[in-house]
Amino acid sequence: MAKTIIPFGPQHPVLPEPIHLSLTVEDEIVTQAVPALGYVHRGLEKLCDIRDYHHMIQVVERVCGICSKIHAMCYCHGLEEMMQVEVPPRAKYLRTIWSELHRVHSHLLWLGLFADGFGFEALFYQLWKIRERVMDINEATTGNRVIVSVNVMGGVRKDLSLEQIRWILSELELVESELKALESTILDDYTVKERTVGKGMLTKEQAYDLGAAGPTLRGSGIAQDCRQLNYAAFSDLEFEPVVEYDGDSYARSKVRYRETLQSIDLVRQALHKLPDGEINVKVKGNPEGEGVARVEQPRGELFYYFKGNGTKHLERLRIRTPTFANIPPLAAMLPGIELADVPVVVLSIDPCISCTER
Amino acid sequence: MNMLSKFLQTSRIKSPWVLHFDCGSCNGCDIETLAVLTPVYDVERFGIINVGNPKHADVFLVTGTVNHRNKKVLKNLYDQMPQPRAVIAIGACGLSGGVFRDAPNVVGGVDKVIPVDVYVPGCPPKPEAIIDGVVKALELFAAKS
Amino acid sequence: MAEAKTTEKKIPVLATQAVENDNLKAEIRRLKSEGYRLVTLTCVDLDEEHVDLLYSFDKDLEMVHLRMQQPKSTPAPSISDILFGAFLVENEIQDQFGICFDGLVLNFENYLYLEEEVARTPFCKYSVIRKDAQ
Repeated sequence: MAKTIIPFGPQHPVLPEPIHLSLTVEDEIVTQAVPALGYVHRGLEKLCDIRDYHHMIQVVERVCGICSKIHAMCYCHGLEEMMQVEVPPRAKYLRTIWSELHRVHSHLLWLGLFADGFGFEALFYQLWKIRERVMDINEATTGNRVIVSVNVMGGVRKDLSLEQIRWILSELELVESELKALESTILDDYTVKERTVGKGMLTKEQAYDLGAAGPTLRGSGIAQDCRQLNYAAFSDLEFEPVVEYDGDSYARSKVRYRETLQSIDLVRQALHKLPDGEINVKVKGNPEGEGVARVEQPRGELFYYFKGNGTKHLERLRIRTPTFANIPPLAAMLPGIELADVPVVVLSIDPCISCTER
Repeated sequence: MNMLSKFLQTSRIKSPWVLHFDCGSCNGCDIETLAVLTPVYDVERFGIINVGNPKHADVFLVTGTVNHRNKKVLKNLYDQMPQPRAVIAIGACGLSGGVFRDAPNVVGGVDKVIPVDVYVPGCPPKPEAIIDGVVKALELFAAKS
Repeated sequence: MAEAKTTEKKIPVLATQAVENDNLKAEIRRLKSEGYRLVTLTCVDLDEEHVDLLYSFDKDLEMVHLRMQQPKSTPAPSISDILFGAFLVENEIQDQFGICFDGLVLNFENYLYLEEEVARTPFCKYSVIRKDAQ
């Protein structure tokens, strides 16, 4: 059978972001996939030379708009550990609340885009309608819908009033019930199963060897979640990592669906336990030495490396995002599937290209 | 103006097709642009529909900073769009390079590469602002054609 | 706003295990067989001549780091033949620091992110002339 090379992207209807794949196909079957990146690369790690370490919070928030809060939290958490700053408990809880709200909106966004990826427009619209409630919570509590910018070194910038807490709880009630009403469609619908079950297989061993992260790792049966590292307020909250064992696109979407409900529960737990007190402390001095930080982003494990030299500018900031880790597993998933399934499988790792390239 | 071209112009203004290109954005503007198409904001009530093919499109929505690789893609997409066309730059990055303007691989705003008709500021702009930008572009569009 | 408690501050150091070009691959194989997962590689510009390469691994949420000092003028051994997942980050370091990797399974040859007009070494304080692996 003759080999054909088909370019996929960078401008492609199912891709919200530009990534290019060179797909080698024999008849309709993909035999090799080579990713090509660079369409969203900015080189923002280098900005730490000209922005001081407080201003870098605004830059790392814009590594990725969908999980901006979690980037800022990882950055602040890492530097606070390095500089031995004790963050007040209320600030830790507030960080947890906003970061879990981000996970809810990110997973709803992804579930919608995934449905759109295989042509299920009605489900896409329903899920995005639910997501708007979470966006409203973000806007009402922080002043912005997407890039909430609540983190500062030593705590958070905004507080929640009792009235807001009550309103968030009632809104989350609605998000949960509306999402549960769609459960049978998301998990059992004929279209969904037809397009996702058995597509883009990644075995447990492959996932581990290729360094997969987040739902891609957990969808292959490995229960690893960086929230178990107990940063922010996660040590006081009850949760278990969500695991599925099939390793296909369906398992990954199931992980994300269940995590959405789990995150809603975590927000609720945190709101009920929210301690009183200060929301930030003043941070003095400049970072010195080396340190690393890891947190769980909606897409998986996020890793930061810091090197400070005692000045207000960091010497080196390195960001390893989960999609960056999930590109090699994607290259391993694609061979053997039909060309028509490529968009679904690419979407199944929840690609965030602006994270990947930074 | 004969009857046919008048008819064409009216149809074009009443149902512009939109092409969205993420040109190195952080996703913030992209998800807001997508949110515009969903039921809460529902831009389809203006007859606007999102298409993936530049040859079908009338209005070009660009989000994000331009870098040295995607500027070729951006130019290419713009050149493929038929006349008359309108370009909308969305978000601080699309306007000037925003927070990334000093980064090593950043060229700057969208207008360094292609002419821009409407600028929508914000980081990211709210969906209402994006709708407003599209409606503004349609006014220009009417004057252009 | 309360003041942070000012205790005696010590400079944090990252616990790392030093490796050389010669025993890097053996160490990587050992970690892999012990069930460690590659997290990432980090390249840190030290001076005009050298960079630090940090290899970070994870097992049950415990991290292990290997540190290798690498002269900019000689190619580093690639670990992508042992751990395929490393190819992307090795290409990234090639782009940004001009370090070449010997035996990369998928080599973008300095053009992973950058185009010809900016293909210098944007992350180095002192840019270096690229040298091919051969």
